[in-house]
Formats: sequence, structure tokens, C-alpha cells
Amino acid sequence: MPHASSATTEHSRSANRAQEFRRGVRATFPLVVGAIPFGIIFGAVAVNGGLSPQATMAMSLFVFAGSAQFVAAGLAAAGAGVAIIVLTTFVVNLRHALYAASLAPHMKHLPQRWLALLGFWLTDESYLVVIDRYAQADDSRDKHWFFLGSALFMYTNWQLCTYIGIRAGQAIADPASWGLDFALPVTFIGMLVPMLRSRPVVACVLVAGVSAVLFHSLPNQLGLIIATLLGVATGALLQKRKAKA
Amino acid sequence: MTSQQEFWLILGMTAVTFGVRYPVLALVGRFELPHRLMEAMRFIPPAVLTAIIAPALLMPGGSVDFDYTNAYLAAGIIAGLTSWRTKNLLLTIVVGMIAFLAWRVLIGAMG
Repeated sequence: MPHASSATTEHSRSANRAQEFRRGVRATFPLVVGAIPFGIIFGAVAVNGGLSPQATMAMSLFVFAGSAQFVAAGLAAAGAGVAIIVLTTFVVNLRHALYAASLAPHMKHLPQRWLALLGFWLTDESYLVVIDRYAQADDSRDKHWFFLGSALFMYTNWQLCTYIGIRAGQAIADPASWGLDFALPVTFIGMLVPMLRSRPVVACVLVAGVSAVLFHSLPNQLGLIIATLLGVATGALLQKRKAKA
Repeated sequence: MTSQQEFWLILGMTAVTFGVRYPVLALVGRFELPHRLMEAMRFIPPAVLTAIIAPALLMPGGSVDFDYTNAYLAAGIIAGLTSWRTKNLLLTIVVGMIAFLAWRVLIGAMG
């Protein structure tokens, strides 16, 4: 029996991986749509701000962090030095440590090369769809292929959009006047609303929202991190009280 | 920025970004995290989404703006209702973007 089934098991394993990969791509599709204007605007803003097209493209290829790239382009345009921009990038990306910490327990079984690759490709968007996949109760061992599908789709799209943005250059010098800067928040609204299913989540969201507005003036998106932590703490405390009651 | 400065800029940004994302992923999995912490981390997605959305809708110009002329807020509410009724992400994005552009045209026509 074990001999007879090993070939089939191997076959179904790779079929399962391909299926996970496709599911990851599909789940990420709406987020890719939302990221398209964001990527194009980045390319345009960066070259308008004085970064060379090569550096702009290299930033998307090697750094691959949307909001940090925006902030970096803005700082470079304002004449900030390399050290300041790098330091700011670090702070803006700190939330990724939270994402990594929440994904890590699900990914313990993976070899380092997978962790390094998926770590490099970790974004807000992929985190959100992947953590949702990991939360599903089925015992698939190949959920990292879902992650890979999501990440590769986001990455490819980001490169294409950056390239288009660089080429479009001056044509969209003032992205806010085009209304494209609304694409990201509206995408996130569509992800957030279906999550509002319990009182702890609603309380978490209220606290995070009010704090984000209150702390918005803090530099380097520190307000974002503080608001996230306050929201998480609120949700967790209420959840605990609910569990006790 | 000179091309040499650009080189160091990209290298530095790449290093710190990967340095935030990868080590936590590699190390945290090696420890058993406390159950309470794992439970709490379930609230990260809604919290971080809200922390990005709220300032974008409420203070597009940098300060809090509750006026009906704030197209970000108006279209955000319309998108929120669409999502609540349909649970369809793509539809929410499309309706939200149309609402946003239409709202700005209408407000512009009135002003």
C-alpha cells in the first residue's frame, strides 16, 4: 500500500501546490488592481522628483516596499541625504516586523531559502491575503505556495507599473489631481469591512482609526505603528474578557 | 543626487527593508510564542488597515475635514456601504473610484 500510493501522493502534492499558487494569484487580483495606480504614480513622482529612471526602477526591483519608496522619492526630491532616507525607510517598514511575527508560526516548517524569498516579497497586500489563508482550518502543508503566487503577482505588477510611471513621467506630475491616490484606501476599505464581524474587532478598528488621526502628525508613519498597536491591544483585551465571561 | 549616491541609496534601502522583513520571519518561528500573543496578532490586519484608511479619508489635506466637500470621506463611506452589502472587493473598488471622481466633479461644478 505505501509503495503503490507514493507516486500518486507525490503527484497530488504537486497538483496541490499548483492549486495553492493559483489560489494565491486569484486572491491577490483585486489588490493588484488597487496597486496599479499606486505603482504608476510612484514611477512618475520619483523621476519628477529628480531620481534617475534607473534608480527608480532599481528601487522597485530590489527594495519592493510601496509606501517606503514613496517617502524616499519625496525625501530625495526635497534634497534629503542618503542616510536620512535609509533611516526613514527602516522606520516606515517597521510594520513588516509585525507581519513577519504573525506569519512566522505558520511557516516554521519551511527551509531558510523559502523564508528569505517570501520575506523579501512581503507586502501589506500579500500579508493580508496570506494570513487569511493560514487562518483557514484545512491542513494543507503547501500554503506557502499560495504566498508565492500572491507575492509574485504583486511583484510583477509593481515592476510593470513602475516602468509605466517612469515613461509617463511628467504627464501625471500631480497625481492627487487625478484622483488616483484614492485607489489604495478604497481597496483597503473593501478588505476591512468584511472583517468587522465581532465586537472586539469593531473596538480595535475604532481605537486604531481615532489614534491614527490623532498621531498622524508624528514623523515617518510612527503614528501608523502606534495606532496599530493600540488597536491590537484593545481587540485582544476585549477578546480576553469575552472568553472569560 | 549623483548616480553614486543613488547606488548607496538603493543598497541601503534594500538592506534595511529586507532586514526588517526576513529576520523576524526566520527567528520567531523557532520559538513557541505565547498563546495570548498569537491571539492578539489576529487583530493586526484590521488595525493596520484602519490606521492607513482613517487619515486618508478624514484628513486628505493634512487636517481633519468633516465637510461634505471632502470627496475622500464621501466616497469612502459609499465604498464602505458597498462592501458591507456585497462583500465584493473588486466591485467595492470600482464603485468607490466612480463615486470619488463623480463627487469631485459635482462639488467642482457647484463651486
